[in-house]
Amino acid sequence: MTDGNGASGLMEVEHLKLHFPIKQGIVFDREVARVHAVDDVTFQLEEGETLGLVGESGCGKTTLSRALMRLVDSTDGAIRFRGDDITKASRKQLEPLRREIQMVFQDPFASLNPRKRIGQIIGMPLRLHGVQHDQVDDRVRELLDRVGLHPEHLNRFPHEFSGGQRQRIGVARALALEPKLIVLDEPVSALDVSVQAQIINLLGDLQKDFSLTYLFVAHDLSVVRHVSDRIAVMYLGKLMEVSPAEELHDKPIHPYTNALLAAVPIPDPQENRARERIVVSGEPPNPIDPPSGCVFHPRCPRATEVCREVEPPLTRYPGGHLAACHHPLNVTAEEIRQGDRDPTSPLSTGDRLPDPAEAT
Amino acid sequence: MARFVLRRVVGMVAVLFAISVFTFLIFNVIPNGDPALRIAGRHPTRGQLETIRSQWGFDKPIYVQYGKTMEKVFTGDLVSYSTQLDVDQEIINDIPRTFCLAIGAAIMWMVLATVLGLYTAVKAGKFSDRFLTVLALIGISMPVFWVGALMNYYLGFKWKIFPNGGYVPLTRDPAQWAYHLILPWTALSLLFIGVYSRILRSNVLDTINDDYVRTARAKGLSERQVMLRHVLRNSLIPIISLWGLDFGAVLGGGAILTETVFDLQGVGQYAAESIGQLDVPPVLAITMFGAFFIVVLNTVVDIIYAALDPRIRLT
Amino acid sequence: MADRILEVQDLAVSFRTDEGIVQAVDGVSFQLEAGEVLAIVGESGCGKSVTAMTILGLTRSPNARFEGVIHYKGTELVAATDEELQRIRGAEIAMIFQDPMTSLNPVMKIGDQIMEQIQEHEGIRDAEARDRVIDLLDRVGIPRAQDRVDSYPFEFSGGMRQRVMIAMALSCNPSVLIADEPTTALDVTIQAQIVQRIRELRDETGAAVILVTHDLGVVADIADRITVMYAGRVVEEGTLDDIFYDPQHPYTWGLLGSITRVDRPRPDRLPAIAGLPPSLADRPEGCHFRPRCPHEFSECTKVPPLDPRIPGEPHHRDRCWLSVEEKRELREIGPGEIGLAGEEGAAA
Repeated sequence: MTDGNGASGLMEVEHLKLHFPIKQGIVFDREVARVHAVDDVTFQLEEGETLGLVGESGCGKTTLSRALMRLVDSTDGAIRFRGDDITKASRKQLEPLRREIQMVFQDPFASLNPRKRIGQIIGMPLRLHGVQHDQVDDRVRELLDRVGLHPEHLNRFPHEFSGGQRQRIGVARALALEPKLIVLDEPVSALDVSVQAQIINLLGDLQKDFSLTYLFVAHDLSVVRHVSDRIAVMYLGKLMEVSPAEELHDKPIHPYTNALLAAVPIPDPQENRARERIVVSGEPPNPIDPPSGCVFHPRCPRATEVCREVEPPLTRYPGGHLAACHHPLNVTAEEIRQGDRDPTSPLSTGDRLPDPAEAT
Repeated sequence: MARFVLRRVVGMVAVLFAISVFTFLIFNVIPNGDPALRIAGRHPTRGQLETIRSQWGFDKPIYVQYGKTMEKVFTGDLVSYSTQLDVDQEIINDIPRTFCLAIGAAIMWMVLATVLGLYTAVKAGKFSDRFLTVLALIGISMPVFWVGALMNYYLGFKWKIFPNGGYVPLTRDPAQWAYHLILPWTALSLLFIGVYSRILRSNVLDTINDDYVRTARAKGLSERQVMLRHVLRNSLIPIISLWGLDFGAVLGGGAILTETVFDLQGVGQYAAESIGQLDVPPVLAITMFGAFFIVVLNTVVDIIYAALDPRIRLT
Repeated sequence: MADRILEVQDLAVSFRTDEGIVQAVDGVSFQLEAGEVLAIVGESGCGKSVTAMTILGLTRSPNARFEGVIHYKGTELVAATDEELQRIRGAEIAMIFQDPMTSLNPVMKIGDQIMEQIQEHEGIRDAEARDRVIDLLDRVGIPRAQDRVDSYPFEFSGGMRQRVMIAMALSCNPSVLIADEPTTALDVTIQAQIVQRIRELRDETGAAVILVTHDLGVVADIADRITVMYAGRVVEEGTLDDIFYDPQHPYTWGLLGSITRVDRPRPDRLPAIAGLPPSLADRPEGCHFRPRCPHEFSECTKVPPLDPRIPGEPHHRDRCWLSVEEKRELREIGPGEIGLAGEEGAAA
């Protein structure tokens, strides 16, 4: 997807949909509405890269990450890991895959079983996959050391550790089976800023040492930009923009990305005073009843009639930067001319590409 | 809201139907024995047995039997072959007594449990809390027939502070009516006060630490206002459904032991006597009667809960 | 000098727990002037929330011990009676909390919750109170306030609930608004809206704001002065520009350095502060930051006083024995980059 050379990635997601029915009724439940949590999303994860997935509450990023882990079943579309379709794979078929795809969760206080010692927590995946008992112990100590904890502490309980340390335990558990891909769902949001920095550094080191691929899901744009190679911005179940990390700040093409950037407070009073703060109005609408056309149009300062009626496809601009917008920002006329309808666009979108005359 | 109510009512009808089938199966279709014999009570004549067989349809298919049984229960055509009394009429006579016992006790136990529960929560950990907790546990542990019997014997019979059992209708003499019911109300309530005050105490202790209570204090409300308007009210809501079930059970004649000990001649006592006589028709009718009240109260309570806690309405 | 309306002097708060005495606040002093925004910044366990809640007496309990004084317009708050506190809470000093979901009574209409506060302090007629509530909701940006006044908290989104909290806090025109992590639980676009709203309301009403937060971005957006807390003590205080551009305490350098910035090129590694904050029950001798400070030296076993150390800047104070020159040199870990140098090590 990045440069269209046909190479398939470690993980591919194709036109993935997760629609959850809402049932109501007096005697028998009937489906009265659907929550369009993920609404036709396509992307590829290349081996060794970090793809950041960013968006606000209700955008679908958490649902999407759970779908990739097959913790939730998808309504439509395909998920492929190393070329194998795992969308509807049974539990048995998924078993070998569980070694390769692991997850780190957001809440370091809720994601560790408080009644188990951390040695047991980290060792569990190893035991489940048949590693011998004496080897499990060695491996657990090794992992604890690798994430920056004292190996002797493997007999302690989670509540004896701080938030940052528990997150390290979660990372150790994810690493236990030497996975290829780790999905991180808001791994640092619940942590203090200085601890966040420690964990971010740790994740970077581990990625280098073990050739890991990361899907980093978060709502904090600055953290995501720091860790990612590419960043996908989601809104109401759809992809708004997929940008190389270096370009995100200086070249946000989609107005929503621009609004997110404008909303992120910069810890620098002079910069803050100097920049134009566009505070986007309104609230994210209901995923049960998404707006017509471009889902962002009700809150978009650049919205026009066509945005209300026609859903924009993902336009691929030079440099592999994608954006789904009829009135893109920060692109020259030439770039728009070179732009093309990216095949990862949702099936419901049309062919209407932006007009070069609109270049800003 | 209307949809919610309608939904619950439909559910209620379904449950009552299921209970009626189940009750029917228990009484009429137990293997081993002639159902006619069971219905007839002690020392039936052959002629009686034949009559019963045809009336109840024991020679017919089972759904006909079910139909006939239900018909008898609901049309008031149920006669106890032992006492020769019309069962439904007996029940109707006994209802006011049971209701007076139930309603009075329910009010008493709710009020006292609330006071006790709130007090012990506020004084949690202190001596008064521990002391009252022990009392509550004693209340829960003492069997009602024993307490009732003791009260009746000492307070009623021996020291003559209260009447020695019996019931005086409200319409005849309100003062005597209340006087006669005080001991039964108390005996019946003791258990419930113990249980409910513990539950309320636990709810209050949880609620006191909730964030919105902190907000209420930050607004400048006095401690009393915070306790009553925010803590107590929110802590009582979960108890309502429990109360409905217990109240329904007592209304439906569940206070068998209390009624018997104090000789109130209510539905519960009738049930106790009938069971003692192995007299099936009354027991059958009272089972349906009791089930009806529990199911109805359960539904009413769910509706009240939804009215009190607006988050519930949505389901 | 503008009106000083709130003054905290040597406040100390300790709690008796199963693990022993926990010293949550260890000698904190600061002042608040009318109309200014003072940010109290620090991480979990530094005591900033306890300090804020103690101003309103919300930390009082049989296990709590207090020392020091808090003066508000002539009333001393630490030893104030319940009646005095109730008079001040909500009417003079109001507070909004972090999680708007749990901070509102879930079974009471929001209009009633706000009216309750107004009636408590002003005893006006119901109809008049209700009108005022609708007006307040409107001012904080809740659409269709007339209808929403009878809604319940769960019918609002997080951002809207926080606006309701703000409306409720401002309902009796307090002189001080204490906001405890008001934006942490919210999405970033909603955060921006809330911060803007707080700024506007401050301009309109002239209320002073104490903003308790760990988010330096929000601080940069709205604060006039900053107090940095660590392990129960104030380690540095000064104006917004003082703290961001001339920070004097190594902990402040560490905080500033570990923030990811979306508008700057990415460093290979984030300069993180090694180790963990000390446990509240067991703090190091002398400077609390000593075990984590790469620049500690012999003096640091003595508690550094909170003093102004830069000539000509009496309002910029810090607790670090290093000289001003040393500080300005040591904090530059890269061209134009402030942070805490040294090996970023493992967690304790």
